Amino acid sequence: MWNYTDKVKEHFFNPKNAGALDEANAVGEVGSITCGDALKLMMKVNPDSQVIEDAKFQTFGCGSAIASSSALTEMIIGKTVDEALAVTNRDIAEYLGGLPPEKMHCSVMGAEALRAAIANFKGEDWVDDHEEGELVCKCFGIDAAMIERAVTVNSLTTLEEVTHYTKAGGSCQTCHEKIEEVLEAVLAKTGALAPPKPHAPGTVGLDAIKPLAPKAEAAPAKLTNVQRMQKIMFAIEELRPQIQRDGGDVELVDIDGKDIYVRLTGACSGCSQSAGTMMGVQAKLVEALGEFVRVKPASLLPVGA
Amino acid sequence: MTAQGIYLDNNATTRVDPDVLAEMLPLFTEQFGNPSSMHGFGAAVGGKIEWARKQVQALLGAAHDSEIVFTSGGTESDNTAILSTLEAYPKKKSIVTSVVEHPAVLALCDYLEKKRGYTVHRIGVDNRGNLDLDAYKAALGPDVAIVSIMWANNETGTIFPIEELAQLAKAAGAVFHTDAVQAVGKIPMTLATSAVDMLSLSGHKLHAPKGIGALYVKRGLRFRPMLRGGHQERSRRAGTENAPGIVGLGAAAQLALMHMTDENTRVKALRDKLEQAILAAVPNCFVTGNPANRLPNTCNVAFEYIEGEAILLLLNEADIAASSGSACTSGSLEPSHVMRAMGVPYTAAHGATRFSLSRETTEEEIDRVIAVVPGIIAKLRSLSPYWSQAGAPKEFAPVYS
Repeated sequence: MWNYTDKVKEHFFNPKNAGALDEANAVGEVGSITCGDALKLMMKVNPDSQVIEDAKFQTFGCGSAIASSSALTEMIIGKTVDEALAVTNRDIAEYLGGLPPEKMHCSVMGAEALRAAIANFKGEDWVDDHEEGELVCKCFGIDAAMIERAVTVNSLTTLEEVTHYTKAGGSCQTCHEKIEEVLEAVLAKTGALAPPKPHAPGTVGLDAIKPLAPKAEAAPAKLTNVQRMQKIMFAIEELRPQIQRDGGDVELVDIDGKDIYVRLTGACSGCSQSAGTMMGVQAKLVEALGEFVRVKPASLLPVGA
Repeated sequence: MTAQGIYLDNNATTRVDPDVLAEMLPLFTEQFGNPSSMHGFGAAVGGKIEWARKQVQALLGAAHDSEIVFTSGGTESDNTAILSTLEAYPKKKSIVTSVVEHPAVLALCDYLEKKRGYTVHRIGVDNRGNLDLDAYKAALGPDVAIVSIMWANNETGTIFPIEELAQLAKAAGAVFHTDAVQAVGKIPMTLATSAVDMLSLSGHKLHAPKGIGALYVKRGLRFRPMLRGGHQERSRRAGTENAPGIVGLGAAAQLALMHMTDENTRVKALRDKLEQAILAAVPNCFVTGNPANRLPNTCNVAFEYIEGEAILLLLNEADIAASSGSACTSGSLEPSHVMRAMGVPYTAAHGATRFSLSRETTEEEIDRVIAVVPGIIAKLRSLSPYWSQAGAPKEFAPVYS
């Protein structure tokens, strides 16, 4: 099961603006049933003010495809078409609090549908069903222009990322070389792909040499109980800001030898990730103390302890 | 079970039976010896392993307990069977398998084809998931080292005619292996009188834990180990025995044999009830695979015009766990290779949803699933552009209905 943000879930379980928009004067359709996801975006644009007064969608696809469509409509209603054109797939993903990398193509589908709808409103041609030769990925109907846009907007650097964001190359893989060509061309243009510096034959370039990680300080032979407690408290204090950013908190409850009891509060309590958070706290304490300890929830504290 | 929701994803994995766990626990703390050790600690464990071997032998209807080799699971068993045979018959350069195998077989065959120069014949299936017998017979020849065909398909439950396939393979001089990970424990087997040479099974599909499985190797078959090292498992699988897992598998095998009738009567009836209720309440859906010949616990329904992951998310919200062959759940981008191999149209392949029951499934649970599924499907279809465009297509599903 994917780790969707609450915002994605909210827009999936209760999508906003779902359904057909009868008075639409701007319609964009992308994707296909073969691909596994498709989006029909319908907008009602005021011809005088150019403001998008209403927008609705119909989506065939997974949870994040539906959530991306819902988010997109919320983001563009009230904007002029020119303002809306500035909305990128990244904006959609950020609006949702992020999408799993494998699902970024859902946000790209949203951005593409928006462009198609605006083109439709302006009376421009929007070519979604390409001539054979123009397509890079024939399985999913993805052309070079779409790959270029995804690479530029999202600063992609690898073939795998391109597949996650556009689906291109995700099936028969025969287009991998072509995708790499497009990718390299964009990276060369943006300068992201700086050529490696030449170096003497038989040697390794300077850029390949990484400084050695500083050696961990040798742990003192034996901590006093007070020193040990201080180290634990200090380590937990260091962790708290990070956990608080996720809407939760952690407090130290008791130390019993190797067992360290903590309480997770706020968003962390009952969160499906809380086991992960506990593991994170444990890793931090093991690192800080230089000894093996077990972090347990305060609820496991022995009665009468 | 209800406290944690309704679990209908037993073809993915099953809950460890509490009786299985109870058998295993002493192996961690009290009977922890290494069975290879020459002392009492080891001997106690060795005895339990041999007990477990006999239970697996009984479940498979094998002639000898020495034909059971414990492994880490289905994937290791599949890989061992194929690699062992290729090594034992180095002059034969062909493999026969099917297009609907589990990746544990398919990915290995792809590798052997690409990197080691083997010829792989992948036999196709019809739109019901039945193997193309003519193509199978045509592929068998003197160059075939091994045939590896699954006993039952994990996605649809469709059962292949294993005995017939095995006999044809034997007649052509090939070793016959079957990946029976989904079939073992669900349908009766008598390997003693069968032409099957090797069979893979996996513990966690039958209420034993993950990380334990077995490979049946018929007595007298040429065998080359994949893991080399110590002399464990009669030198056929090196590595210190996973004693708790093995004992768990033994207990699970014993329980599976005990519940075999229940699986094929009560569980099967629940499956049929679920399926018929869904087909009656939901338009434009159909059962994939061969309904007349499949595992008693499995049903796979393809819902047109919607996508599987979205179905699973809504089911999950209703505390129901199922599975989907859709691309979006797996991180790959294509719908399941099984759906594609059967030629299920894309309009429905993306919406294929698998419900797999177990002996723990209750009638109340099935009733609850029946109550919520139609609403979930209707909700997603109201969002789908194809559903409204099609206007709830009336002329539906001639091939599959």
